[in-house]
Amino acid sequence: MSETAKSAPTGASAASPSSNPSRSWTLRVRQAIDSHLPMDHLLPDRQPYYIGSWVYVFGVVTIAALVWVIVSGVVLSFFGPQWWHDSSVGRFFNSLHFWSVQLFFIFMVLHLWGQYFMAGWRQGRAATWMIGVVIFGISILTAFTGYLSQQNFASQFVALNAKDAMNGAGIGAFFNVLNFGQMYGLHVMLLPIGVTFLVVAHIVMVRARGVVKPIDAEGSARP
Amino acid sequence: MKSMGQTQEDYYRGVRMVPYDLVKELTIALAGVGVLAILFAAFLSSPDVHPVTIATWSQSDPVDFVTTATGELAGTTTSAGYGQPYNSTPDAAQTWGPIAPQVWLGVRIPVDSANAFVIEPLKHASVGDATLGTALTQWQGAASTQQGTWLDNYTKALADATTADGKVSVASGDYGPLPAMMSTLLGVAQTGGLDGLLVITGRFYQTDYTQPLLFMGDGGYLDSLATNEHLTGDLWGMMNETGLYPGQTWLWLYTMWYQVPPFTSDTGFLGLNAGNADLGIIVLMTVLTFLLALVPFIPILRDIPRWLPIHRLIWRSYYSKKTSAPART
Repeated sequence: MSETAKSAPTGASAASPSSNPSRSWTLRVRQAIDSHLPMDHLLPDRQPYYIGSWVYVFGVVTIAALVWVIVSGVVLSFFGPQWWHDSSVGRFFNSLHFWSVQLFFIFMVLHLWGQYFMAGWRQGRAATWMIGVVIFGISILTAFTGYLSQQNFASQFVALNAKDAMNGAGIGAFFNVLNFGQMYGLHVMLLPIGVTFLVVAHIVMVRARGVVKPIDAEGSARP
Repeated sequence: MKSMGQTQEDYYRGVRMVPYDLVKELTIALAGVGVLAILFAAFLSSPDVHPVTIATWSQSDPVDFVTTATGELAGTTTSAGYGQPYNSTPDAAQTWGPIAPQVWLGVRIPVDSANAFVIEPLKHASVGDATLGTALTQWQGAASTQQGTWLDNYTKALADATTADGKVSVASGDYGPLPAMMSTLLGVAQTGGLDGLLVITGRFYQTDYTQPLLFMGDGGYLDSLATNEHLTGDLWGMMNETGLYPGQTWLWLYTMWYQVPPFTSDTGFLGLNAGNADLGIIVLMTVLTFLLALVPFIPILRDIPRWLPIHRLIWRSYYSKKTSAPART
């Protein structure tokens, strides 16, 4: 760090025309984050006593499974398609990826049903529910492209059957399930980025608003 | 956070708060799920049935291969008359009333199955093969009615074809150059040459398997293997996986529609039938997905959780305290 930087004022409210709080985009973004998502909300050490239910576990184990899906997927994409067929280590990581995906979907569906029966969208949380449904949809698409990218017999037959659904709806004109390169690219890059981004947004929204109260005084499950 | 005019502190006012360790919970979840996934992977492995190649197809079922290739020339296979996005066969695309996205988006992935799967590979093989060169010249120089007669005769004869040493034999008849052409194509396929020829299409690097998959899909061999693996559509194939492994079970609702009317019916209902089932089911699933996303705003759907007592099991501690004593802050 330079001497100039060392001696620069550290206070956010240092008065100068260029650091006018009302004009500083940086300061406004920081204030917005501080206001909407303070650290004690993002990483809380106290929660309402009624979260002591197993249903709340489904959300965190879904995230844990997603982490294992991503970690095993990164290893597979690093070494490439031949590796997961031809080497025992590659086969193991392929299996780890496969079972992590199965666990991810089991936990996600349980989380979804749990949130439905808790009417988790109440009191300003409808957007959190809607983003969750979008995550579910994109996850299905990600897994679908993964099954098409396995490079085995199931991939061939699923692709041949899926093409009719895609073509019948017009989607096949630009989403060719018989094109391994396109499916693999979507599976390892664009779709995982979409899922990860939306999961982060979903978690931030949950942490920002806090967990919803039990269905009770408000008497309805409306948002 | 300020939510609907409330901070989180306001929202939880009057609710007893208890110590909670989010990071510890996530760490334990990561470890637990990791152990579970590792155990499954170590002891159950994962599905990996070898893919079918054109070489294995033509070696295992040469009659099916030759019948399919002849069908490509005759224009009678699924690919040949598929419609968009592969070709512009009239009235082949799925429509639902005025809704015809398959037609609207046009021929985006052109596939001329007769030329791509049969003629062009034979042209490659004809270099240095005078007999095949003569057969191809005879075929391409013949009138379409003559080609049709040969194809018709040969297709009928293939129904009673025999195989010996991987070669297909049919009874004597008026087949023109077809036996010579198909014999060479079968030989090229059995050595693996056709697998490469259908993928390269003028490029060195390739990742697009549209042509070989369409060709194999036109035959009966791949379908028979899929039936053995319980992958076909009437067996809810899209959600299945080879062997006893779980497949895409989350597609159960999507695949279910293929098993029920009107999508199994020729007459159908409101214009939806087996002929446009793919289009109809994609539209239906899109609508259902939107409904799921909009549950918070849909009366009855959003009220069901309040009517069912499942939430009382989930928040058992809350409701038991509520009936016995008021909550403390």
